[in-house]
Amino acid sequence: MPDLSSRIREVAEELFRQKEVELIIGFEEGSMPLHSTPCFIRNEQEVERLTWNSFCDNNLATYLVKRPEKVAIIAKGCDARAIVELIKEKQIPREQVVIVGLPCRGMVDRRRIEAELEAHEILEVDEQDDKLTLKGDGFTKALNRDEYLYPCCQACTHRNPGTYDILIGDMVAEKAADQYPDIAEFEAQPPEERWQYISDEVNKCIRCYACRNACPLCYCKECFVDKTRPQWIGKTTDTNDTFIFHIMRAFHLAGRCVECGACERACPMEVDIRKLNRKLAADVKELFGYEAGTSLDQAAPLATFRPDDPEDFMLGV
Amino acid sequence: MSAKIIGKDDIADLLDTLIKEYEVFAPVKRDNLVVFDRIHSGSEAFLNYTTSMKSPKEILLPQSETLFTYSSTDNAARVEVPSGEERPRLLFGIHPCDARALLFLDRIFNEEEYRDVYYLSRRDAMVVVTLGCIKPKATCFCTSVGGGPFSTEGSDLLLIDMGEEYVVQVVSDKGKGLLENRQFEDAGEDELSLMRKVTEDAEASMAPKLKIDMLKEKLDKMFDDPLWDLLTEKCLSCGVCTYLCPTCYCFDIVDETEDSGGERLRIWDSCQFPLFTLQASGENPRPTSKERYRQRIMHKFSYLVDSTGQIGCVGCGRCVTECPVNLDIRQVLTAISRS
Repeated sequence: MPDLSSRIREVAEELFRQKEVELIIGFEEGSMPLHSTPCFIRNEQEVERLTWNSFCDNNLATYLVKRPEKVAIIAKGCDARAIVELIKEKQIPREQVVIVGLPCRGMVDRRRIEAELEAHEILEVDEQDDKLTLKGDGFTKALNRDEYLYPCCQACTHRNPGTYDILIGDMVAEKAADQYPDIAEFEAQPPEERWQYISDEVNKCIRCYACRNACPLCYCKECFVDKTRPQWIGKTTDTNDTFIFHIMRAFHLAGRCVECGACERACPMEVDIRKLNRKLAADVKELFGYEAGTSLDQAAPLATFRPDDPEDFMLGV
Repeated sequence: MSAKIIGKDDIADLLDTLIKEYEVFAPVKRDNLVVFDRIHSGSEAFLNYTTSMKSPKEILLPQSETLFTYSSTDNAARVEVPSGEERPRLLFGIHPCDARALLFLDRIFNEEEYRDVYYLSRRDAMVVVTLGCIKPKATCFCTSVGGGPFSTEGSDLLLIDMGEEYVVQVVSDKGKGLLENRQFEDAGEDELSLMRKVTEDAEASMAPKLKIDMLKEKLDKMFDDPLWDLLTEKCLSCGVCTYLCPTCYCFDIVDETEDSGGERLRIWDSCQFPLFTLQASGENPRPTSKERYRQRIMHKFSYLVDSTGQIGCVGCGRCVTECPVNLDIRQVLTAISRS
């Protein structure tokens, strides 16, 4: 990852000096190796805190919802898409956000690294270009960051912010459009196998709702899960109830999910949450030619009626 | 009873015999994670771990449990309470922080004015075998909250890993009972001296204690301090910290009814959920993550100290490593103490 920290700090300082914004949301160094953490700064003296590395995985768009002040926000490709959807859904006016776009080469999956190193605790990480050097008690290990990206980053076809006010860093090469090969492969499996996989994953879920809270597009003041009169779904970890939670959340995100992976990273039980979201994203792309967050002008397909909307399912064709 | 030696190769056999008398719960590996589950054979236990993802509290307080079922017929209503446990439970291979947490939960669910029959049906007669921490993690802070990597609080037997074998310290009569009728060698002076070295090295390797001596005094005076806004700004109110925490115990009660019958369930709740303090009027005294996170800290480090005499935290570090935004409780406590 190129060292863009100093450029980010310069931009931040300039934004404060020009009184463009009252708040800048970015990343700062975390309290543990392999972590960066969201950072909120309000004046020039604090810009030194801002940083940029392979661990800036959080989707900061979640902090924009209904903000009163004018805010600048560090945005990777996926984050910028989320911001676009939030603007279209009137959760924050366009004029209130200064999008500081950073082309992203993918973020590093710390859980995978930790699993590979098993009982050896990582105490220090050094990042130079493509190389990560991990140090612990009695060991040093060098890794190529590109071999340890999150699954969502491996599949990503929107690394460059599509919408931004300021761009920091060079645009990166994008992969060809996502054909969702993993979904095609999954769909080719017999129904019993698919159900077995989904129920195995769903049975890991402890109904903590971290996925929901980490998601920038889950901002409902009252979530369907919390509705009690009438009660929509059961609250235990019963397979059926939990499956319904995940399916309904996926449907509520259809055409809105930007596949940033915040849900999967937040999940303590490592449930494969994105599978359902990707299926619906593939469907929305096929049925409506729409990808969430790629255009401020394109109306959200599931919030708009057009007379020429596909109706094959109704006409039994 | 003096300390004993058990070879690592003999642990699976020991568990197999214990499984005949007890419902045995032990750490098991599920994909990348270590969680606690009922085992039916000693070979399922996975003991070479530092922290499990979920704490063992779910063995005493399951994520959901049926308090009673109800049904109605033409002229009667039936309520049935589930029957109690048949066999006592053995919790094998938890770390000392999690064992201390059990004692803490006892202060909530087993005290004079309130004895929770559901909790007690599992807790009474439960035997606890702990694994000392020979390699504490950098995120462990048990020593900052009154615990330690070889603390015997809450334990009946403490196992200390010496490489090929464990030294077994007998902590209580229940623990002694587990070893009776089984032939284990006494630990000799060599083994005890190696054990002392292992424990000293482990204790020395722990991160320095947090500087939080005046924490409660500070907390009691700073409810409205603007510092809370800064400390909690990135919190997502996701609830992961409370679900993984071995001392968090808040629960909700829900009825799930279908047609003319149903069940009353107790399920995990979290003070980090917005609904936790939502009132029928629509008013919510803890409307944002600031008020809710403040509650978490105040409850654990002040209110519980007043009501139970104990800090509601055992320093296991799960909330530190799993928080999706790296909101580090150690940094929060240190910032408050320094303010």
